[in-house]
Amino acid sequence: MSAFNNSQNPSASSKSAKTSGKPVKSIAILGIALIAFGAVAFVQGATKVKLGLDLRGGTSVTLTPRASEGTKITPESISQAVEIIRQRVNSIGVAESEVAAQGSGTNRQIVISVPGETGEEIVQLVGQTAELRFRQVLVEAAPNATSVTGDTQTATLPNGVTPELSAKFSALDCTNQINLKGGSTESPDVAVVSCDRGGTGKYILAPAQVLGNMISEASAAIDQTGASGWFVSLDFNGEGATKFGALTQSVTGLAAPQNQVAIVLDGLVVSAPRINEAITGGSAQITGSFSQQEASNLANVLKYGALPLAFDQGEVLQVSPTLGSDQLRAGLLAGLLGFALVFLYSFIYYKLLGIVTVLSLLVAAAITYLSFLLLGEWLGFTLTLAGIAGAIVAVGITADSFIVYFERLRDEVREGRSIRSAAETGWVKARHTILVADMVSLIAAALLYFFAVGGVRGFAFTLGLTTLIDLLVIFTFTKPLVSLVSRMNFFASGHKWSGFSQKSLGMKIKTDVTENSKG
Amino acid sequence: MRSLSGIGGRLYRGETSIDFIGKRRRWYAFSGVIIAMSAIVLGTQGLNLGIEFKGGSEFSISKPGVTVEQGRAAIEKAGVPGESVVQIVGNDRLRIQTGALESFNTVKESLAQTFGVNVNDIDTQIIGPSWGAEITKKALYGLIGFIIVVMIFLAMIFEPKMAFAAIVATVHDVVVTVGIYALVGFDVTPATVIGFLTILGYSLYDTVVVFDKVRENTKSITSTSKVTYSAAANLAVNQTLVRSFNTSVIALLPVGSILFVGSGLLGAGTLKDLSLALFIGLATGTYSSIFIATPLLAQLREREPAMRALAKRVAQHAPGAVTAEAKGATSVAANAVSAEGKNSWARGPRNQPKRKRR
Repeated sequence: MSAFNNSQNPSASSKSAKTSGKPVKSIAILGIALIAFGAVAFVQGATKVKLGLDLRGGTSVTLTPRASEGTKITPESISQAVEIIRQRVNSIGVAESEVAAQGSGTNRQIVISVPGETGEEIVQLVGQTAELRFRQVLVEAAPNATSVTGDTQTATLPNGVTPELSAKFSALDCTNQINLKGGSTESPDVAVVSCDRGGTGKYILAPAQVLGNMISEASAAIDQTGASGWFVSLDFNGEGATKFGALTQSVTGLAAPQNQVAIVLDGLVVSAPRINEAITGGSAQITGSFSQQEASNLANVLKYGALPLAFDQGEVLQVSPTLGSDQLRAGLLAGLLGFALVFLYSFIYYKLLGIVTVLSLLVAAAITYLSFLLLGEWLGFTLTLAGIAGAIVAVGITADSFIVYFERLRDEVREGRSIRSAAETGWVKARHTILVADMVSLIAAALLYFFAVGGVRGFAFTLGLTTLIDLLVIFTFTKPLVSLVSRMNFFASGHKWSGFSQKSLGMKIKTDVTENSKG
Repeated sequence: MRSLSGIGGRLYRGETSIDFIGKRRRWYAFSGVIIAMSAIVLGTQGLNLGIEFKGGSEFSISKPGVTVEQGRAAIEKAGVPGESVVQIVGNDRLRIQTGALESFNTVKESLAQTFGVNVNDIDTQIIGPSWGAEITKKALYGLIGFIIVVMIFLAMIFEPKMAFAAIVATVHDVVVTVGIYALVGFDVTPATVIGFLTILGYSLYDTVVVFDKVRENTKSITSTSKVTYSAAANLAVNQTLVRSFNTSVIALLPVGSILFVGSGLLGAGTLKDLSLALFIGLATGTYSSIFIATPLLAQLREREPAMRALAKRVAQHAPGAVTAEAKGATSVAANAVSAEGKNSWARGPRNQPKRKRR
C-alpha cells in the first residue's frame, strides 16, 4: 500500500497544474480538515468514544405517561416531569446520569439512564409521582443549622413544632445531596421538615391546607409599570380559593418566617413567599426578584406540579458491566470481520482498483470515529450496541456507492473510452445514482430516528451519519483518487491486475487504450 | 470472479441477455405463492413475539457451567408464577423470561442467592404491558411515513410509475421477510422491527440503481423505432446485473459478520435480531428490484399509448430480428397489446416523452 502512495504523488505533481490540481487539492483539503478536527477533539479532551449503557453496564428506565382523568399530557407537563425526575436522579450523585424526553408531541417517553450498578434504587426512585402542596412555614433556617431556634437552646419552640420535629429538623442536613432527592411520600395532614430544592435552606412546615390540584391556572407575567419585574400569577378553583383564602388570612400579621407559605413540590420547597395580605379572590400573585426564566419555571411547577402525571414503566433495562464489555467486544469483532470481508471481496473482484475501496473505507472509518468523538463531546452522543450495528451495516452501504461508480467506470471503458476520460464521464452518471440512493437511505434513517425509541435511535443516528459520511468521502476522496490513479500508467494501460484489463472487463475487441490515455 | 467480470461485459453489450421482463408472470407467480404462504402462516401461527411485545421480565445470569435444569429449579424456588422460558444463550449465559411479576426484586434476589452471584450482576429487563403496543404503533407510523415520503421523493426524481413500482417491490420485501419470520418462527423483538424498517431503505437502494439505468436507456426511446420500452428496460436490468450482485454481496458481508458474531458469541440480543432481519431483507431486496420492480415498471409503461405505438413500430420495423433481447421484447409487446382494451384509462398527460430531470 505504501508503494502505491509513493507512486501516486510524483505522478500527480509531474502533470500540469491545470489537470491534476483539482483531485490533489480535494484530497489535501480533506486531509487537512481531518487533522484539524482531530486536533480539536484532542484539545477538547475527547479522546474516547462515549459508550452507551448496554456497552458499559448500567440501568435505563423508560417511562410512558399515562393519561388519566383531569390529566393532560402536554410538552410542558412532560418537561416538568423531566425536571422533577432529574432532581431525584441527580441526588444519587452518579456522574453522567441522564434524564431526557424522547419522541414528539404528546407521544413522548422519558428515558432515564444511569451508568454503573445502582439499578434497584433508580427504578424505585423514578416510579413515584410528584405532589404539589402549600404549607405554612413554621421555622426557616440555614441548610445545615443544628437547632430550631439557632442561638438559644432554652427558648420555647414555635407554635406547632413538637420536640420530635425539632429533633428531626436538627438532624437534617440540606447541604447533603442525598436529602435533595425529593419523592417524599409524607401525608399532607402532618407537619414535616423539608429542604429547599437547591439546598440553600431548610424548613419546618405545617400540614398542607391547599393541594396542587386546587390550582386551575398559573402563568408568568411582567409588571408593565416595571415596579416589581417578573411575577407569577395563579388562579385557584372554588375549593382552592376558599382554602387559600383561609390560609393567607391566618398567616398575615404573624412574625417572619411564619407569615410565609411554602410551595412544596415533590417534598422539596420550591419557593416560600411572604404573604402580605389575605388573598380571598381565588387568584394570587407571587412577586420577588424573578428573572423571566425563574418566573416561568415557577409557573410551570404550579401548573403541572399540580397535575402529577402518572407513568407506566415501559421498559427497565439493567446491564451488568460484564455483559456490557461482552457486547462491546462482539460489536467490535463483527465490525473488524465485516471490514475484512469487504476488503477481501474488493481485492478479488476489482484487483488493485480495490485499493481505492479500501483506502476510502479507511478514510470513512476515520471520519466516523472522529464524529463519534466530537459528537460525544458536543451533543452528548453515546455509542450503543445498536449504533455499532448501524455503523457496520453502513460499511456495506458505503462500499455499495464505490461499486456503483466502479461499474459505471467499467461500462464507460467497455464503450471504448480511455480509463482517464471514463473516470470523468462515468462519475457524472454514477453521481446521480449515488445521490438518489443515499437520499433514500437518509430518509429511512431520519424516519427511523423520528419514530423510534431508545436504543433504536442510536442505530438510526449512526446509519444517517455514516450515509452523510459516505457522500463526503466519495465526493472528496474516492472520485479524486480514481481521477489520479486513472492517470497512472498501471491502470491506464489496463494491466491485468488493475481491474481494467480487457479480460476482466469481458472485452473482445482490443482498443489501444494506452495510446489514448497518454494524449 | 474473472468469469463473472466476463459475463458483465457480455451482459453490458446485450450479447448475453436474461429475459427478466418477458417472463414476469413466472416471477409474479413465485412471489405470489410465497406471499400467500406467508399470509396463511401469519394468520394461523402468527409471529413469535419477544417479551418486549408481550410484557414480562427477563433475567440473565452469566456463570460457567450453568444449565437449563438449574434455571428451572431456581425459578421454581423463587416462586415465579406461570410459564417461563429458560434458555442457554452464547457462552454460559442463562436467560430466563417470565410473565409480568408482582415481586420482581424478590425473584431477582432469590436467583442471585441460588446461583451465588451479586444481585447487580444479573442483567434484567422489565417490560410494561403497554410497551409492545407503543412500539408497534411507532413502527407502523414509521412504515407509513417512509412509504409516503419516499414515493414523493422518487416521483420527483424519476417518475410516478417508477416510484409506484419501487414501493410495490419494497412492500413485497417487507411482507416476504415477515412471512419468513412466521414460517421459521424466529423471535421478533424491537431490534427485528428496526431491521424490517431498515430493509425499506436498503431494498430501495438496489431498485434505484436499476431504475437509474432504465431511465438512461429509455430517455429518448420514442424518437426511434428500434426497441420497445420493455426491451430497453430488460437491457438495463442485464447491464446492472453484475452491479446489483456486487452491491448485494458487499452489503451482505458486514451484515453476515454481525449475524455470525451476534449469534455465535452473544447467542441472542440486539445484534442477532437486527442482522437476521437485515440479512433476509437484503436478499429479498435484490430479488425484488430485478424480478418485481422492473417488470412491473415495464408493464405499467407499456400501457401508455406512446409506448404501445412504439411497440407496434418496432414489431413492423424488425419482424425478423431474433437477438435475445428482441425476442423477449416482442413477446412483451404482444402481451401489452392484448391487454389494451382493459386499460383505456392509461391515456393522458403521460402520453408524452417523459420529462427530464436533473
